[in-house]
Amino acid sequence: MGLRSSTLRARAVIVNRMPLAAASPLISAASVTAPSAPMLEAQGVTRVYGRRKALDGVSLSLPAGSCLALFGPNGAGKTTLLRILAGLLRPTRGTVLLAGSPTRGDAAARAQVGLLSHQSMLYDALTVRENIVFTARLYGVRDPLAATDASLERLGMLERAEQPVRALSRGLQQRVSIARAIVHGPRVLLLDEPYTGLDEAGAGALTSLLSELRAQGATLVLVTHNLAEGLALATQAAVMRAGRLVRQDDREAIDGASYAEEYREMVTNAG
Amino acid sequence: MPADAVVRARPGLLRAALLIAAKDLAIELRTRSAILSALAFTLLAVVIFFFAWDATAVASIDLAPGVLWVIFTFSGLLALNRSFALEQNDRALDALLASPVDRESIFLGKALGNLVFVCLIQACAIPAVALFYNLPLTGVWPALLALTVAAAVGLVSVGTLFSAMATNTRMAELLLPMLALPFFVPVVMPAAQVTARLLAGRPMDEAWPWLRILLAFDLVFLVACTLAFPYTLED
Amino acid sequence: MPPLRDEPRPIFDWLFAVAVLAVAATYVRAIYFTPLEAAQGPAQKILYVHATAAFVGLYLCFGLVAVASLLYLWLKDEKLDRAAAAAAEVGVVFTTVVLCTGPLWGKPIWGAWWTWDARLTLTLFLWFVGVGYIILRGAVEEPQMRARFSAVLGILAALLVPFIHLSVYLFRTLHPMPILLKPSAPSMPGEMQLTFFMAFVAFTLLFAAFLRARYRLAVRADLLAAREEGLL
Repeated sequence: MGLRSSTLRARAVIVNRMPLAAASPLISAASVTAPSAPMLEAQGVTRVYGRRKALDGVSLSLPAGSCLALFGPNGAGKTTLLRILAGLLRPTRGTVLLAGSPTRGDAAARAQVGLLSHQSMLYDALTVRENIVFTARLYGVRDPLAATDASLERLGMLERAEQPVRALSRGLQQRVSIARAIVHGPRVLLLDEPYTGLDEAGAGALTSLLSELRAQGATLVLVTHNLAEGLALATQAAVMRAGRLVRQDDREAIDGASYAEEYREMVTNAG
Repeated sequence: MPADAVVRARPGLLRAALLIAAKDLAIELRTRSAILSALAFTLLAVVIFFFAWDATAVASIDLAPGVLWVIFTFSGLLALNRSFALEQNDRALDALLASPVDRESIFLGKALGNLVFVCLIQACAIPAVALFYNLPLTGVWPALLALTVAAAVGLVSVGTLFSAMATNTRMAELLLPMLALPFFVPVVMPAAQVTARLLAGRPMDEAWPWLRILLAFDLVFLVACTLAFPYTLED
Repeated sequence: MPPLRDEPRPIFDWLFAVAVLAVAATYVRAIYFTPLEAAQGPAQKILYVHATAAFVGLYLCFGLVAVASLLYLWLKDEKLDRAAAAAAEVGVVFTTVVLCTGPLWGKPIWGAWWTWDARLTLTLFLWFVGVGYIILRGAVEEPQMRARFSAVLGILAALLVPFIHLSVYLFRTLHPMPILLKPSAPSMPGEMQLTFFMAFVAFTLLFAAFLRARYRLAVRADLLAAREEGLL
């Protein structure tokens, strides 16, 4: 992927010379080349805690540039699935494949994934910039400072870069967490309730960021309770209940109003 | 598609450990809460220990090694308590685990940060003990510093591992000393014995059997704790 | 993970009854039918309890903890975790016996309740680690995390033993070297040897009975926890 790396290398230069908004995208268009193999795939993923099955045979297949909206009530196993896809947990049974190769405990595979979780995953004593630069260095991003500025700019947080995280409101911390999740240009982005705490401007910025990343070939998994938010970006939608995927549709096949009605029924019948 | 199309230079084991240690020290530098309380504790303890013994009955040169190393373990515990607490706060540990860094690297990074912290405190404790107990440090202090590093490696290996475990329990601050102190015995005893011989100006081959225990402990527990650390994490 | 079987609670624990009878028989023989040791007098008789409890507590129990812990991290079988937990608790009981009988013997023979002798100190520290192990188990709720944490502690404790032994040995030592386990011919009259042998057998039976009872208790506790979660 020579094209890709040259884009990344070029970015640092552009960042220095041009207004940041014009800097080249975090994910280059070059990665949308192999539509044959799915980018992210789960095969019969099961996770058992003690005697409790948090996930029960979940299978997914997402091509590059797709976005899966994952709905489900609390305790359905959405977060566990996300943590397994992110390589934080191992599946008890089943496999997760990234660009066709199994990811089990593989650091190289984790490098291609970005994760936004419930918690901010930030160090609140450090500044916004220190947090993101630290992450960029952990992922081995070539120019950590430039990549940090670029991703903070995307979230409109550049002017707060020197503030300590603990001085920020919940919504602004969420923006920093998002910047943290995309700073290394992940090809798979896993988002757990990304809109939590964001104001309208933040939510708007996030939506346009995500659709842009998707257009550039990133694969997104978006966990949410909010159907409207999820369906706005999705190419696929799925519903989880009690550790299983109980429904999976292509976005085109979904009619918003009736889907919402059916979803409500599905969730209330969960028992 | 090779993974390094996205990320070119994933940090190796040591580089990632250095990044994590530097991050921990930056946090410490920013908050200064732990280092200041550890220093205050050290000075207080030096003074209190002096009055706990009858200085006319026990020569202070006989007291000093024990005092020095007992304080070392307890101020070390202060540092270790906060080591993984700051990773747990906003689950920043999850971010480390999701990053392309090996778990062993995370352990070594945390341990290295603690090592610097503990050595800094001891670097203040040694002159304080020397001052209050009227010890002749000239000529001895390079050996004492080397001994501090050797003792700190063992203390920090075990302590970092137990800190990772204790922060996941219901009684973190209480549990850590209970688990760690028995493991500090083969660190404190040799360190105190070697210090006593150093201060008394005895020949070094008298201290060698003790140093051997300390160095073997460092080696065994650094390796064992690094290997055991991944098992303390959910996976 | 295999389903838990709810075994019917045994009405009578045969193993325990046999063990208690064996211990009682050993006492009777030790007190009435074994000659007095010339130098130590009646105080020596406590060694039939002390040394055997040390053998069971230090070697059998803590040895089992270390082995089961290591195997647990490898195989992740909850049976091994239960075995380690049971062995640790039984081990703390036996080392408590060692630590109580030691001073009773030490006062008339050494002239002091306690001495910082190598073996005594090692036993004391293992007792601390054992107590720490039990407290650690009580402080973690999630069963798999509890199992992993205690397995790590069990293995590290095994690594700690030689270091504590070496350092306290270097500090100073007074303890009579174990006479029975020396490779050369034991320097003890045959009657005493037989009593010691009986004591070992009796205490090993008692160990097995305790361990089995504690293991069954762990199974029932897990069962209860699973029921409370509504999983069974």
